[in-house]
Amino acid sequence: MLIFRGLSLVFVLVLTVFSFAATTQAQENPYFVAYDHYLEEPGNLEIEYFSTFGTQRGGNDFHSYWIEFEYGATAWWTTEFYFDGQTTFGDSTIFTGIRWENRFRPLQREHFINPILYVEYEHKSSADKILKEGEGHDVEADFLTPNSVARQEISNEMELKLILSSTFKGWNFTQNTLAAKNLSNDPWEFGYALGASRPLALKASAKRCALCLQNFIAGIEMYGGLGDRYHFGLHDTSHYLAPAFGWNLPSGWTLRISPGFGLNDNSHQFLLRWGVSREINGFGSIVSQLFRGHR
Amino acid sequence: MTNHRAGFLISFLLMTGLLLSSAFGQENTNSTSIQKPDDESVYAEIMKAPEKARNKRNPLAKDPDAVGAGRILFGYRCAECHGDNAEGGKKGPSLRVNEIQDAEAGAIFWVLTNGVVRKGMPVWSKLPEPQRWQLVTFIKSLGLAPTKSETSPANSRPPLGVKDSTSRHR
Repeated sequence: MLIFRGLSLVFVLVLTVFSFAATTQAQENPYFVAYDHYLEEPGNLEIEYFSTFGTQRGGNDFHSYWIEFEYGATAWWTTEFYFDGQTTFGDSTIFTGIRWENRFRPLQREHFINPILYVEYEHKSSADKILKEGEGHDVEADFLTPNSVARQEISNEMELKLILSSTFKGWNFTQNTLAAKNLSNDPWEFGYALGASRPLALKASAKRCALCLQNFIAGIEMYGGLGDRYHFGLHDTSHYLAPAFGWNLPSGWTLRISPGFGLNDNSHQFLLRWGVSREINGFGSIVSQLFRGHR
Repeated sequence: MTNHRAGFLISFLLMTGLLLSSAFGQENTNSTSIQKPDDESVYAEIMKAPEKARNKRNPLAKDPDAVGAGRILFGYRCAECHGDNAEGGKKGPSLRVNEIQDAEAGAIFWVLTNGVVRKGMPVWSKLPEPQRWQLVTFIKSLGLAPTKSETSPANSRPPLGVKDSTSRHR
């Protein structure tokens, strides 16, 4: 009950801010799994909703989703909070966990390759199906457990990533290396994500437009597991290849869609992801004004 | 289940605390060095542009659409901090001062590309190069901010930014 009160308060705060906040056209990449080296602008809040529809051999297909609050704490630190859930068709709809993610930019200036350090804490049940990353020996068969059983198994996990990203002649190339540790006695698990993307036009139009080519970004990402500390490698791991498309609207909304395809028998055959997000300018200033009571 | 809720609550409180502290922290920072347009140190970063970057020529300096496109980009990306008329805003300094208007286009482009991360200006290399040059063209087209006598009602002129109101920066 306390959780729902807390959530209600958050939503009231967000709605209040939405009502008098300025929004800006975002310049988001189309990735769902990979990260590039661009952080949220300081003081801005981006609210994002993402969905994944997945097929399941030997069981029921599912629809998983998460809401993400991404805040630019400083120009070198972005912090995000996630709420995850899923519906397994013919089974049930459940809340599956939370994530708290932080990305840090250690270098002040732009370089050909830009590192970002990523630290995440996950508190989730085994019923989690958002497939936000590929790690360890996660395979399609792991998702067959009924929700009523899987939700009983709770795990606390730390996840570290080294993000190496480069932008060259309009193209962004990014490579993420992941190491995750369940805070029990499980071994370290590893994974990867690769991404490439480019806006359809590099010059901006001299008129305001929603359908101008520079507002569309196309890309592709590939991600999967790399085993664990004792069995590092590609055996018994799942891998995906997913074209991705993003549309940054002048109103501040960003729409994304990405059909993903499993690359081996351990992977879900098909994942369809879509998402919508909106950026709020100066959220930090608005919040401090609300609490301080001055303009 | 109790552990589940406790973990959730701890994370929720941590996140809320961080959000509020960073918001207040940012407000404090804004009210000191970054916000003062007359503080010369605000413009020190542009002097750090390396020779190679300074010597870069703006390929869109004579593009007839560059100012218009740059104006729209400025409204989306820069006005929030630097003000609608680029005369300084809540977080960023005025861009209509000698330090900026007399600077080489390449130096401005360099600052846009690298940001001033420690002082809160984000890296803008996520904008493709042509869009950064369009922004440079627009910023250079603004010229110096009018003096007080020039802004008297008889000499007033429409704002250069995207929005029409200039009152919040005066």
